[in-house]
Amino acid sequence: MVEETPWQQALRYANRANPYPFYEELRKTPVARQPDGTYVVSTYREIVALLHDPRVSSDPRKCPVPVAARTEDSGEPAAEPIREALTEPNIITCDPPEHDRDRRTMMPHFVGPPQAPHLISDLEPDIRRLVDGLLDDMRGKTRIDAVDDFAYPLPVTVICKVLGVPLEDEPRFHHWIETALDALDFGPEAASEEIRSRLAGARQAVQDFGQFAAELLDRYADQPGPGMLSALVNEDGPEGRMSKGVLASNALLLIFAGHETTVNLIAHSVLTLLRHPDALEQLRRRPELIVSAVEELLRFESSVQFWHTRSALEDIDIAGTTIPKGAPIFLVYGSANRDPERFTDPDELDLERRDNQHLGFSQGIHFCFGAPLARLEVQVAVGEFVRRVENPRLVEDPPPYRHNQIFRGPRHVLVDIDGVRD
Amino acid sequence: MTLRATVAELVREFRASGRIVIVGASLAGLRAAETLREEGFTGSLTIVGDEPYEPYDRPPLSKQVLKGWVPADHTKLPRMREVDADWRLGVAAVGLDRAAKQVRLADGEQVPYDRLLIATGTRARQWPNQAEAALQGVHTIRSRDDAAQLQKELAEPPSRVLVIGAGFIGSEVSSVCRELDIPVTVVERGSAPLVGALGGVIGEIAAQLQRDHGVDLRCGLGVSSLEGDSGGHVRRARLSDGSTVDADVVVTSLGSIRNVEWLEGSGLAAGFWGVGCDAGGRAFDINGVVTDSIFVAGDVARAPHVLYEYQFLAMEHWDNAVLGAEAAAHNMVNLEPHYRPHLLLPGFWSGQFGVNIKSVGVPPFGDEIVFTQGSVEEHRFAAAYGHRGRIVAAVTFDHGKWLEYYGKLIEQSGPFPPPPPGWDQPPDMKPMPAEFPDPRVPTAIPDVVLTGHAPSERTAEFRPRHR
Repeated sequence: MVEETPWQQALRYANRANPYPFYEELRKTPVARQPDGTYVVSTYREIVALLHDPRVSSDPRKCPVPVAARTEDSGEPAAEPIREALTEPNIITCDPPEHDRDRRTMMPHFVGPPQAPHLISDLEPDIRRLVDGLLDDMRGKTRIDAVDDFAYPLPVTVICKVLGVPLEDEPRFHHWIETALDALDFGPEAASEEIRSRLAGARQAVQDFGQFAAELLDRYADQPGPGMLSALVNEDGPEGRMSKGVLASNALLLIFAGHETTVNLIAHSVLTLLRHPDALEQLRRRPELIVSAVEELLRFESSVQFWHTRSALEDIDIAGTTIPKGAPIFLVYGSANRDPERFTDPDELDLERRDNQHLGFSQGIHFCFGAPLARLEVQVAVGEFVRRVENPRLVEDPPPYRHNQIFRGPRHVLVDIDGVRD
Repeated sequence: MTLRATVAELVREFRASGRIVIVGASLAGLRAAETLREEGFTGSLTIVGDEPYEPYDRPPLSKQVLKGWVPADHTKLPRMREVDADWRLGVAAVGLDRAAKQVRLADGEQVPYDRLLIATGTRARQWPNQAEAALQGVHTIRSRDDAAQLQKELAEPPSRVLVIGAGFIGSEVSSVCRELDIPVTVVERGSAPLVGALGGVIGEIAAQLQRDHGVDLRCGLGVSSLEGDSGGHVRRARLSDGSTVDADVVVTSLGSIRNVEWLEGSGLAAGFWGVGCDAGGRAFDINGVVTDSIFVAGDVARAPHVLYEYQFLAMEHWDNAVLGAEAAAHNMVNLEPHYRPHLLLPGFWSGQFGVNIKSVGVPPFGDEIVFTQGSVEEHRFAAAYGHRGRIVAAVTFDHGKWLEYYGKLIEQSGPFPPPPPGWDQPPDMKPMPAEFPDPRVPTAIPDVVLTGHAPSERTAEFRPRHR
């Protein structure tokens, strides 16, 4: 049996809690060709260069069927249920000029003037109320799950409000997302019976999710309502309106990415702080550090570990290698954020880290659309958790992890507590 | 004690109790002071500034302040740390005695120094006719007070604003006027706006942008005279083609003048383009000998740059002030081999007519230009400048996220034209002449300039000394 590459090992479920030793190995070859023809880029400098290189596409339609998606034995394309089910591109899977136009159309309804200059900052009281409620509910308990009881409910409630998605539909889309993510595997285990048996269900789940988004948009077309989706359906921007298919695809992206990544960040933040009692104490004593603390937590346990839809449109010379035209490119943000060439003592948690230009939100034109909202949510949530929860102790370390490698996060983080302050 | 230990002791002692004077209390002066303290300098620190204000940020003055979004006095620069300095604000430095190591102030005081940082920057070039310049309603913009006064008059509003000179400041002012729905005429001696900084090809696009927004743009013309009413308020301008423009506010944006007059007689390499210094900020004297105790940073500095054939580069850019000051300050409290170079890839931004314009490199060093990404028609594009087959600069209109890529190419002396992008290619990707004006044509001077190889602009006579 051929020995697995560091990248393949990093992707194994057994290493989900700690892929970092494999990333370290991976960085010895900054741009590493994998047996399936994928080029995995793991160092900060090279990733930043490729994020700004106009010869790199983010549009999977421009990549010959990715070798990465062939299972080992059959040579059949597999394991990309989300990509298959989405016939139209969204902003994260297309290139300029379409990308620029669609993002420009969406942006004013989220963070920009003229439509929504204060949308994010005006959400702060709501976010505080939600966080307060979640912490109040922990009173009288001696053990909580920082994922189910805390990290999950906040972002999903907020994104539903921002977009105008009925909160009562949450159980349905939560199920679809879980089903799809559990079948999305980029590692050697993609070929396993277990994962392959999940594929049909995952495809169905993404289709159902897409159908749900389309129906929601139709409803808003008939009867305008609150939130960003209704505005996008009904209002003409300077460059017109997005097509229904593109809008549905982006709606799905916003619902999904608008909370999954934030859930993982809050969960990882609690977990990381409990693993670093000095940092926890420092933040308790100096709550104003929460801003730089959240940036450090984004660096330390990045919510999007890598991204997989890029490919080379021309031969690209980088770090002594040529990525050939047509090759899929994976950019491993989680590794770049631990690159000692860029960050001093990268495996140390330093809540006051300076010059912390991490890739937790990526860089370049695909920089996280929701970053300002995520920052606010996590600053409030983690800040209040640290302030109010008395004597939190990790029950299980490492905790169980979710299956998917990109959106890496703990499934549960059980914490014993002595109480909750006012 | 060994010599090495003696030198180390000297550095320690200087850091503990030396005397440093910074002349210039704006962005470069402030960041230098902060860096000195950050480096552990605990000696006495004096900061001299001719304006009465603590350091403030100038870029918003021609944008947010004029629009009325931000009051002029809300532009104070954020402090990165305590500087514990003796601030001498509202009093200009008027002389430098290098033998006595003293700076002379306008009030007659002599301030002694062990090490001196020159960060006196530039000032706005005034309308040459003094009587006309003194008319009410005639403005330049450089200081907080300038911007506050102009903002007040724009809020009236005037019946028409006349902008003389369509460089970046002039173009930003005309953009603000249109946003405020004030009729505006722009008169530019060159063939197009921004032509000195970005060349004629981009200038044509900038001209279109102005006209699309209702600016009455008149290029290839000068203003011969300004006329006032009996109350001494400007009312009319006479142009070089004999026509007249009625306007009750006139903004003269004729570029800047480096504040070097106070160095007259000091023997430093100071002149029209600023004070010559090495890449570490150490000032040259007129004979090209580097000084050990005088440093230069910001708009007034000119230093040789490796990427541009070691010509002395002068740049009036925000990041040059910050990073140049940091390098100079570090070098002021260290000795070789711990000197740090300041080798910045020049870069600037401007906001006008709803477009974010950004650039890296030295565009006027290029003689060719090629559009590399996006759409010229939609005013969203990237373009690269080339010189002898290598890329030397790039400019973007609403495409700033790609500048980093071009910056890297420039640093690596990448090929021109650069490799084409994989998507969003402009229809025409053939290089063409960049159309920079002949240096002798009077138009706006670009804010990043290659100023030749001579450390001093004084023509020296070579007289070898006989032993």
